[in-house]
Amino acid sequence: MLQVDRISKRYGERVAVNAISFNVAQGETVGLLGPNGAGKTTAIAMISGISRPDSGAVSLGGVSLAQDTNALKRRVGLVPQDLALYEELSAWANLQLFGGLYGLGAAQLQQRAKAALALVGLADRSADRVKTFSGGMKRRLNIAGALLHEPDLILLDEPTVGVDPQSRNAIFDNLEELKRRGKTLVYTTHYMEEAERLCDRVLILDHGQILANETVAYFKQQYTNLEAAFMQLTGRALRDGAES
Amino acid sequence: MNTVAIRALIRNDLRLYFADRRAVIVGVLVPILIAAFFGRIFGGADQSGEQGKIPIAVVDEDRSRVSQAIAADLASDPLLQVSTSGRVTAREQVKSGKQNAAAVFPQGFGEQATKSLFSGVNKPRVELLVDPSQSTGARVIQGLLAQYSMQEISKEAFSGEYGRKTIDNYLQQLDKLEQTPLRTDLRSLLSAARTLNDRAAADAAAASSSGSSASNAEQHQFGLSIPYTVASTSVTARDNTPYNSYAHSFAGMAVQFILFAGIDAGVLLLLTRQRGIWQRLRSAPLSRSEFMLARALTTTLISLFQIAAIYVAAMLLFKVRMEGSWGAFIAVGISFCLLNATFGLMLATIGRSASTTRSLATMATLLLVMVGGAWVPAFVFPRWLQDASRYVPTRWAVDGLDGATWRGLPFDAAVLPTLVLIGSAAICLLIAIWRFRWEE
Repeated sequence: MLQVDRISKRYGERVAVNAISFNVAQGETVGLLGPNGAGKTTAIAMISGISRPDSGAVSLGGVSLAQDTNALKRRVGLVPQDLALYEELSAWANLQLFGGLYGLGAAQLQQRAKAALALVGLADRSADRVKTFSGGMKRRLNIAGALLHEPDLILLDEPTVGVDPQSRNAIFDNLEELKRRGKTLVYTTHYMEEAERLCDRVLILDHGQILANETVAYFKQQYTNLEAAFMQLTGRALRDGAES
Repeated sequence: MNTVAIRALIRNDLRLYFADRRAVIVGVLVPILIAAFFGRIFGGADQSGEQGKIPIAVVDEDRSRVSQAIAADLASDPLLQVSTSGRVTAREQVKSGKQNAAAVFPQGFGEQATKSLFSGVNKPRVELLVDPSQSTGARVIQGLLAQYSMQEISKEAFSGEYGRKTIDNYLQQLDKLEQTPLRTDLRSLLSAARTLNDRAAADAAAASSSGSSASNAEQHQFGLSIPYTVASTSVTARDNTPYNSYAHSFAGMAVQFILFAGIDAGVLLLLTRQRGIWQRLRSAPLSRSEFMLARALTTTLISLFQIAAIYVAAMLLFKVRMEGSWGAFIAVGISFCLLNATFGLMLATIGRSASTTRSLATMATLLLVMVGGAWVPAFVFPRWLQDASRYVPTRWAVDGLDGATWRGLPFDAAVLPTLVLIGSAAICLLIAIWRFRWEE
């Protein structure tokens, strides 16, 4: 479904992503794992159409990003790492904006927003301002905002960062439900247990390059568990660079 | 064109604006309050051409009929607010700003001034103590002092006791000199003046003894006066329509605070770029031009709301009227709101950090509105600044709004201001398009 072919991105002298390639099949859940500064967020930005690759190509269902960005964007839902919400507005008003950006009409938007809020367990808080929500509720609403236009591919950039275990578990339930519905998920995280629980396949990135692209079962078989594989492949040196 | 997305963005930004009550209050209520304050200072809504009175002190050390009459004339002048005091007190009052000036009539002023009217020498000195920060008022006082002094001194010369003594003195001096045709004519003139003086004094005494009022007695006094009167008319929208200073102050404050809203819009865009919401906007099927159009339309709508709310208050509470053309008001208002929208976009594209952009833009805006005549009318500026202000779009906005309101100008007068504002908006838009970073 998703084909990523040798995409690269450079910021000045620094190479953030260096000619990475991978494919994601329909209904598959793929985890992008890597230390800080590995290039995960930059890769997500290029796949979602936010950032233009310096070289290489991204295509979805055979349609190249370079040919028709908007057609590709309509089939992709992005859950950014930073909360993409207007805290002064209600949850409902936020969803109205996000649905409107994808051209949803009033009736369709109402139906989809209700469904998205129900999925993330916020149906009874739709009229409340986002600033009254807990961190976990904001994260769930952040996910709901990416589902309104019923994308085929959902890109999640560390969707559980900074939330308590209960909220993380709730988010995980949401993602598993999306997976059951046949959505294709590409997911970046630092939490190995999340990747083990959710992902069919894991790509380990470091220094802008893919170090491994295997199934979770493969990593468990070869390295005991995913964390051992991660540490062995990326090393134990501290990474204090900015996320990119 | 993704019109649904544009509508969604506009609706969202309007929600954000109205959700921030502080922004609404600052954008609407504060300009109304400040405009009310400035309008009141500059005269209010019902001015019949009468300006604020100039406060002066009169120090009469002479206590003569002449000095008292001049003081009375000054006190009755509609331009002045006169109080009497001693020299020391008067000086302190001028120094502290309570009086614009103090006129000190020295002892012997009346007699000496009457003598000097004929001789031209040994003129007494009226001391005028002036507040240097009120030079315009001081010049008005000097003019009025000259007028009333001439009037009262000449009256004394032709009808009063000092005049009789002075003329007698001159006649005696002439009698001692050799007769020449010129001196003979001068003697005839002075004799006639002396006769006139005697007759006036006799008539005044008769009027006084018969119980006539003082004003009747004064009718028998003769003196020089300005041989014309001045009819001052305020040239406003229509005859008999008084100038309403609120009309200008509301124009100025509307322009200033709408520009502040433009700054807010630009800073909001800068802040949005730094938040996750920017990634969500960028990941949506939305083009750069659609996004910029939505932002510009939102700021235009907010600006239009502000100008409408401010002028509704001006009309309902401060009697500001559209003495000119509603069409002119709408044309200038819309074009200024468009300028404000593109000004906000431009700020967002040339600014780097939100705080720095807000500070610099606020400073620039205050300069623009000050030079544009938003605080005080541009005609009080020195000539060079008046000329320079024609290159500032705020001047055209204020002039356009003034023209539609208190100046009562027709629609034609708004065409040039409207074109200048639209041209300025186009320049801001071009800069915004040139500088706007959409791709990461």
